[in-house]
Amino acid sequence: MDAFIYDHVRTPRGKGKSDGKLHEVTAVRLASQALGALRDRSSLDTQLLDDVVLGCVAPVGEQGSNIARVAVLMAGYDESVAGMQINRYCSSGLEAVNLVAAKVMAGQTMAAVGGGVESMSRVPMGTGGGAWASDPDAAFHTYFVPQGVSADLIATKFGYSREDLDRYAVASQQRAAQSWADGRFAKSVVPVKDILGMTLLDRDETVRGSATLESLAAIKPAFAEVGEKYGSDGVALLKYPELECIEHRHHAGNSSGIVDGAAAVLIGTRAFGRKTGLKPRARIRAFASIGSEPTIMLTGPTPATEKALKLARMKPSDIDLYELNEAFAAVVLRYMEALSISHDRINVNGGAIAMGHPLGATGAMILGTLLDEMERRGLGTGLATLCVGAGMGTATIIDRL
Amino acid sequence: MTRVIRVERDQDVQVWTLDHPDKPANTIDQEFLDSLASCIQQLQVEPAVRGAVITSGKALFMAGGDLKDMERNIDSMLREAPAILLDKVFSLSRVLRALETCGKPVACALNGTALGGGFELALSCHYRVAADAPGLVVGLPEVQVGLLPAGGGTQRLPRMVGIPAAMPLLLEGKTLDVKAALTAKLIDEVAPACDIVSRAKRWIREVGNAAQPWDRKEFRVPGGAGAMEPRVAGPLVVTNALVHEKTQDNLPAPRAILSCLYEGPLLPMDTALRVEAKYMARLLMEGTSRNMVRTLFVSKGRCDKLFRRPAGIPTTTFAEIGVLGAGLMGAGIALVAARAGSTVRLLDRDLPSAERGKDYARKRLSDGVAKGRLTQDTADAALVRILPTVDINDLSRAELVVEAVFEDRAVKSDVIARVDAILGGKAVLATNTSSLPITGLAQYSKRPAQFIGLHFFSPVDRMPLVEVIRGRKTSDATLAGALDFVQRLRKTPIVVNDARGFFTSRFFGSFVNEGISMLAEGVSPALIENAARMLGMPVGPLAVQDEVGLDLAVRVTQQTRKDLGDSYQPGSSYPIVERLSVELGRHGRKSGGGFYDYPANGRKRLWPGLAAWWPPSAQQPQAAEVRERLLYVQLIEALKCMQEKVLENPADGDVGAVLGVGFPVYTGGPFSYIDHLGPARVLARCRSLAKRHGPRFTPPRLLQQMVKRGRRFYDSEAAV
Repeated sequence: MDAFIYDHVRTPRGKGKSDGKLHEVTAVRLASQALGALRDRSSLDTQLLDDVVLGCVAPVGEQGSNIARVAVLMAGYDESVAGMQINRYCSSGLEAVNLVAAKVMAGQTMAAVGGGVESMSRVPMGTGGGAWASDPDAAFHTYFVPQGVSADLIATKFGYSREDLDRYAVASQQRAAQSWADGRFAKSVVPVKDILGMTLLDRDETVRGSATLESLAAIKPAFAEVGEKYGSDGVALLKYPELECIEHRHHAGNSSGIVDGAAAVLIGTRAFGRKTGLKPRARIRAFASIGSEPTIMLTGPTPATEKALKLARMKPSDIDLYELNEAFAAVVLRYMEALSISHDRINVNGGAIAMGHPLGATGAMILGTLLDEMERRGLGTGLATLCVGAGMGTATIIDRL
Repeated sequence: MTRVIRVERDQDVQVWTLDHPDKPANTIDQEFLDSLASCIQQLQVEPAVRGAVITSGKALFMAGGDLKDMERNIDSMLREAPAILLDKVFSLSRVLRALETCGKPVACALNGTALGGGFELALSCHYRVAADAPGLVVGLPEVQVGLLPAGGGTQRLPRMVGIPAAMPLLLEGKTLDVKAALTAKLIDEVAPACDIVSRAKRWIREVGNAAQPWDRKEFRVPGGAGAMEPRVAGPLVVTNALVHEKTQDNLPAPRAILSCLYEGPLLPMDTALRVEAKYMARLLMEGTSRNMVRTLFVSKGRCDKLFRRPAGIPTTTFAEIGVLGAGLMGAGIALVAARAGSTVRLLDRDLPSAERGKDYARKRLSDGVAKGRLTQDTADAALVRILPTVDINDLSRAELVVEAVFEDRAVKSDVIARVDAILGGKAVLATNTSSLPITGLAQYSKRPAQFIGLHFFSPVDRMPLVEVIRGRKTSDATLAGALDFVQRLRKTPIVVNDARGFFTSRFFGSFVNEGISMLAEGVSPALIENAARMLGMPVGPLAVQDEVGLDLAVRVTQQTRKDLGDSYQPGSSYPIVERLSVELGRHGRKSGGGFYDYPANGRKRLWPGLAAWWPPSAQQPQAAEVRERLLYVQLIEALKCMQEKVLENPADGDVGAVLGVGFPVYTGGPFSYIDHLGPARVLARCRSLAKRHGPRFTPPRLLQQMVKRGRRFYDSEAAV
């Protein structure tokens, strides 16, 4: 059985700090507004839904204990709709979509929602703790280093200069600004309201179209201190002894921004479309998640893509348009180089360097961005992928209908 | 009352005095544990006794476990099933837990230093009074010999001071003086030494709380515990990486301590203590602790006690000595001798040069004062003992003269002959050469029996080792005197026989030579340097050669060639060093560049030009293979030194390698590590390396014999 995307929405992404526009919004409200918008746009009878699966990477505190079920109820969905929170770190939002699609493909679900939420301003990154970095046995065994050091390791190992990274970052900012100016996101971004119903934010808060190579050049490397003073570079070199040192080239301007946001994607069978009168927009063709070397950590998109392509019996050149989450500039440069993808076929509307990366939600957001752009350009096949903490990757291939 | 614990009663309070009748210090052995257990039982059943005070009849309160005993017994312990090993490891912890849960208050009166198990005993008491005595310190230094404090140390400490504050005490084995321990709340009260027992009694009578805080229901670890507590998880994440980098994962003890700190404080005390003991058992099973205990404690202790000193020769005190040459080494030797109380005549060719040597000592002393390592008075007293001079006759009353002039045979021969002429009849003349054979230099002296090598390491005041080199004609009395001198300097002597490079320089040279040689084979320089660090060497071979100076290596080689003639074969790395230094003018760090560039601002970087001369091959070896070569080349050199009788004893070799030239501590030195790996395995690896990389890996005859006879270096019957 095939799984189809019927619709998707996302919130704008608010700066993930205490002065961010979405900071006053609780995480569950952020998620339930996205769910509510998805329902309202197509007058969906939520009794037809089986489940809502939401990705969330810091599922503790107000995001803890299955935020998806609570968001379902808060959004006013029918109480028969189940809810589940999942965590595959940065690809959680895409994994949620894939999981829902798998249920549909298996014939066990007619329709469900996959998506994600992360209020990074309210539940800061790392709040959840975890064995990986703090349990000595785990940290030593896995050669744990912080992601930024892994990104710098990619840049060092594959020879991406600071200027290469900054040039990519400037392009991301310019593309995002241009896309907003052209109204390309308008179709899917739903404003976030406060408790009085007033709009708090209706566009991504962190885009800086005016960024230049010169302005980025002034920013100090973000991970030099943790790498050089707190041991992480040395740990990375134990795994990569061919390198003399780790060159710290990533900084706030060529890495993804910390933001708040939520997204939701409606998936169903063809019968679901007939029943509701909704028109399927894309078919989910294949998807895959993989594990890769955990210290360099962020090279997983390539093998994830290769695995998904293999399932779809395709090759990289068969894909018309790519979205790869811009966790760090080097991640994208490495992916483009490994799969020979030119810059005009990937992240054409910018990405997380400009608009931010609300961890649990990003996967669902970039899948939606991919679909919208495929429709705008009239392209047939697209692939969305993300690098993932602890050395993983997730990729999803869709065909536009 | 037991043999090792004296029990006295003052009305309603018992005083337990730890006082082993046969040992100079109280240590933890089975007899002690049994005695303590029976004291605890007695205390519990005696209705008229309210509580007990524990103090010591020795100058030290208690120094901890008997490491010598442990080193002797570890092999038989490891042959046991894990459950039995765990039970043995748990023996101290079990008794200390019984003490703190016995239902009656126990106070500790610390009359002197308490370390390791001794401090763990104090921590398991309900109250601690320490004597206001200078030099009294407390701490858990187990990590320094590759162990963890398994008598509850990793659990009581964090429950008292919090996990982040416990980290440096446990991971570095830092000791605290009374004041610092009071501030850290590791002791409760400080009193004059004569009052500590009465204060402890008073606490028992007036407060007498018999429950530890962690056994109360409302107890919370200060600052929290576990991965959910950001104030703990943050420091853990950082410390994990720092320890991982620093130890290159070669030292299991700090890692095990971190696990105890991560897992234990979330658990109830009884479970936590079991987990701690399990980590200790795993540590022992891993084997590097034994290597470290043996070399850093047992063998070093033997060297410090001058086990190689010929018997029956009276001790020399060296009230006055002379030092020839006020350069870095000479000034350093003058400094440590002056600190040890000797008057030092420091001679150089002109007075400003001699004074510069004293200035160096002044600087190091004032640094010591600034860092609180010594008092101004001590520093001043040491400095006035250094007397710069240009007149060699000023050295005529010296009981020992160390020459530390330029490493050149002609220069050395000249000063040796001159000083020889004015020295008193019994005086010892020592040379601080790092490479020239002693027997050859002794020819320039009229009294070769009183001539000896004293190889100091730089910086002299920091490096703990002195390699004592016996020339062919050096007498027993001279050796004894030289060892007395080294002991007076509070340094650790090893004794070796004369050969070019002695033991340490030759041993270390094999490492540097192998590392540099690989460059010409096309191994990438970064890989060479990283593999050396992964092995546990403090600095990579290319960086070492830059520090020493490539020009010096060229000069030493030329000197050797002059000495030995055309039959001399320099090391396989020499062509590379010669090309860099002679052809390309890259002499090392002090000339601005060698294998590395040294930018004025920023860290050193490998010279990119290396790739043009020695292009890295497309197929690079695994780091593990490079690491193994760097290890085995040193193991083989050590074996050769033993075979050629440069070394007479594995302890000298192991202590010298670890303390002198940075051979990794987890190995316990080359001979301990050959035992650790198993001679048969070492032999097999040597053969396979020789096949791949040439005859310098050919296993020495000694190794083949050992394998044939099933011997090890540290068998009860020593192999050599």
